[in-house]
Amino acid sequence: MYDAGKILIGLVIFLLLLTFPFWFSLGQASYESPDLQLPEDKEECIEDTEWMRKNHMQLLDDWRDTVVREGKSIYIGKGGKKYDMSLQKTCMDCHTSKEEFCDKCHNTASVDPYCWDCHVAPEEVANGQQ
Amino acid sequence: MANPPSTDTVVKSIDYTMPRTDWMEDIPPQFIPNNYSNPAKPDQLEYFFGYKGAKEWLPTHEDWQLPENWQEIIYEGFRERLEKYRSLKVFMDICVRCGACADKCHYFIGSGDPKNMPVLRAELLRSIYRKDFTTVGRILGKLSGGRKLTKEVIKEWYMYFYQCTECRRCSLFCPYGIDTAEITMLARELLNLVGIQTDWIMAPVINSFNVGNHIGIPPHTFKDIVDFMVDDIEELTGKRIDPPINKKGAEILFIPPSGDYFADPGTYTFMGYLMLFHELGLDYTLSTYAAEGGNFGLFTSHEAMKRLNAKMYAEAQRLGVKWILGGECGHMWRVVNQYMDTLNGPADFLEVPRSPITGTVFQNASSTKMVHITEFTADLIRNNVLNLDPSRNDNKRVTYHDSCNPARAMGLFEEPRYVINNVCNHFYEMPEQTIRERTFCCGSGAGLNNDEFMEMRMRGGMPRANAVKQVHDQYDVNMLACICAIDRVVFPPLMDYWVPGVDVTGVHELVANALVMRGEKERETDLRGEPLPGKEG
Amino acid sequence: MNALYALIMVLALVIIPLLGAGAAGWHVLFGVIVPYLAFIAFVLGFIYRVVLWGRSAVPFKIPTTAGQQQSFPWIRRSRIDNPSTRAGVVVRMILEVLLFRSLFRNARVRLFREGPQLSYGSSKFLWLGALAFHVSFFVILARHMRFFTEPVPVLFNWMETLDGIMQVGVPTLFATEIVILLALAYLLLRRLIDSKLRYISLPTDYFALFLLFAIVISGVLMRYFLRVDIVDIKTLSMGLIQLQPEVPDSVGVMFYTHLFLVCSLLVYFPWSKLMHLAGVFFSPTRNLPNDNRMRRHVNPWNYPVKVHTYEEWENEYRDKLKEAGIPVEKE
Repeated sequence: MYDAGKILIGLVIFLLLLTFPFWFSLGQASYESPDLQLPEDKEECIEDTEWMRKNHMQLLDDWRDTVVREGKSIYIGKGGKKYDMSLQKTCMDCHTSKEEFCDKCHNTASVDPYCWDCHVAPEEVANGQQ
Repeated sequence: MANPPSTDTVVKSIDYTMPRTDWMEDIPPQFIPNNYSNPAKPDQLEYFFGYKGAKEWLPTHEDWQLPENWQEIIYEGFRERLEKYRSLKVFMDICVRCGACADKCHYFIGSGDPKNMPVLRAELLRSIYRKDFTTVGRILGKLSGGRKLTKEVIKEWYMYFYQCTECRRCSLFCPYGIDTAEITMLARELLNLVGIQTDWIMAPVINSFNVGNHIGIPPHTFKDIVDFMVDDIEELTGKRIDPPINKKGAEILFIPPSGDYFADPGTYTFMGYLMLFHELGLDYTLSTYAAEGGNFGLFTSHEAMKRLNAKMYAEAQRLGVKWILGGECGHMWRVVNQYMDTLNGPADFLEVPRSPITGTVFQNASSTKMVHITEFTADLIRNNVLNLDPSRNDNKRVTYHDSCNPARAMGLFEEPRYVINNVCNHFYEMPEQTIRERTFCCGSGAGLNNDEFMEMRMRGGMPRANAVKQVHDQYDVNMLACICAIDRVVFPPLMDYWVPGVDVTGVHELVANALVMRGEKERETDLRGEPLPGKEG
Repeated sequence: MNALYALIMVLALVIIPLLGAGAAGWHVLFGVIVPYLAFIAFVLGFIYRVVLWGRSAVPFKIPTTAGQQQSFPWIRRSRIDNPSTRAGVVVRMILEVLLFRSLFRNARVRLFREGPQLSYGSSKFLWLGALAFHVSFFVILARHMRFFTEPVPVLFNWMETLDGIMQVGVPTLFATEIVILLALAYLLLRRLIDSKLRYISLPTDYFALFLLFAIVISGVLMRYFLRVDIVDIKTLSMGLIQLQPEVPDSVGVMFYTHLFLVCSLLVYFPWSKLMHLAGVFFSPTRNLPNDNRMRRHVNPWNYPVKVHTYEEWENEYRDKLKEAGIPVEKE
């Protein structure tokens, strides 16, 4: 008794599971980093891009707590500039489209932030999408 | 026989706190009287294995007289077995040392010796495997748990693979089902290759092979013993019975363990079989060629097991019986249930067993064609063909010990209980963690029931005895029933040591006590000659 | 001592990427070459080990029976703990593999010297710790699929949502990260504290635990403390999957450390006890039915042996047999 057949089937199943990403991406266009729609009339964000990419979620979370719980609403950037702590009034003043900006990365990274449980996305509302 | 120290001394000596040292450094083992079995004699090895050049040695000696190329022999033997037994290979590879088995072994519980933890017992072999058979082990050596095969390692193997009763309790709790019995069996095979074996195993093996049973009772003496029993039965019941021996054309071949016609209290169980068969008018025969159900080959090597087991089918074929009935024996049923058909089958000259009394077909034995006597009797009782008077056992307050092999290599739990409950009025179970699949070994299985090993036997039997003590204290239990001939030999001293006041019986002794035979005289005593309840006069 | 060796080895594994990818800046080596090689080593090693097991025979059917056998219709048999059918074996294996059925039986022995009295207390912590570790590990592995798939299948999204259901902190704290750290800590501490476990533990036992610890910690650091840009990481991981490797500049040394430790695990895995992942399926005491007496098991290397035949035996005992009135073949 060797059960070679059963072992082979088991191995094949295991290898199929293991290589799932490889065959899942077969026939798909090669992956491109998300191409974000950037504001045309602004030069810089409230912090540098690199920092924002890694930390914006923390920043927004802090803003919410500071505004809602402490009643303060002025954020001073590292460059000394002052900003209103507001997702809609500050962030989305420039990054007007949730779809073209926020969602692009969030979708590819499979992140589902609950910002939009309360906030509305200006451009999408204007277009009657929400 | 070395007398074991007092129970107090033994209990005080047990400590489950392990040393802070490295186990690989804790060698060589200390061989002192009472913790090892005597080695086999050179002529035994030569006779049975054709092993040449063996010399006398003792475990206490410095030099064990190993052959010159002993390392090579072990290495080759190991390699061969890794190919032949997937079990060995997988068990060598996948243990994670989670420790679930550590306190499941009766020898560990009774001794506190760290190397009696099943995981460490296996590591004794695994460490050599890693060093010699795995890439990582060859490179990393000790860091990956490998060590060199030295003469001290052989001594350690002898100590601890002959302190394992192959009861498989650890394998029940292992998340990967690693079976120390399998590891012990193969380690013992390796030791055989370099002439290391015990006398207590070799002697029964050779007797079984040559004469037909462990003790070497020749056929005419067997007949005398049966005649004595027939006389005793006549005295007890007034009925003369005539058990057939080597009768050609009988329907059923009955094979008991030899312990049941060799020593008390097994003899009463044997009388029980004979009385039951007579009462049924069963067309059966005993055999003096295949006169042994037990098989010490199981404790020697797979080949030895096959050589001894071959007699059963050979004799069934010669006598032209339809099927085989097997007696109350533990390790015999490991062999019959898990090995016989594979080793010596197919038994296509036999028929699917069918009880001639009730017509029940034993479908679960349709290939091997061998039925356990408690299956047979349970079926009889279920079909109401026996006239039973359980009150004759009223002076016995009974508990039941599941023997390791029928428990964990078969799953024979309800049949014996059903029989006992129908022939006794006072039955009490031991604590749940100590019965059925969790049952504890008697402490003397796998060929370790020799006298020189007595202290370890008492230690290994402690968990079982302790469970008996609990029902003895709580319910006045005075009788320990079992379905294993080795149990019946080793439990009396174990009970005397830990739980005085508890006797040992086979299930069919209880059956025979309760069995009202047609035309029997009024019984005054039970099979042992003790007055029946109400007849104490 | 054994634990110390293992700790040193794992620390060495941490230092390699810190120097190589951090100080020396060999990002292609640590981001592309090592992961590919490690994956190939894992797959080949895994297959090799399984095939090696497969090439050893299964000579006997030796299930450990943990319940009532099949005998009569009127005796309730234990279909799962003592299976006599293939379906029973499958269920037994599923319970064993997914729920650690055997480990669940665990009971701890205690000896009270007065009496003496042995007692067996149910002990489920090892079962719980082991299950917690394995389930967390599996969920974490599945969650990582978001880096290797595009679009991310909804199944993995659900898993992530479920894992982060407490909605604590930003990024959302995953329950499995807490659980796996606790489970690993438990598995490590019991080896260090319980004298029996300490006595049986090898350096490799600690090594596996420390390596897993290092992997989890580096992952947690990356997610919550030393932030990395996961969109760039996905560019790297998808490049690997689509065989068009690309190494974005901004991926930090923390990521390379995490990746290198995972690669170490992949390479180490097939040669270690971690192969119990596959081995559990090969255990003959669990994966075979107890139907020995119903269906004959064939041993592929069964061979004839020297037996003592009836004829030889009768020749030795004929006179005695006749004298005792026992029938013989030849007069």
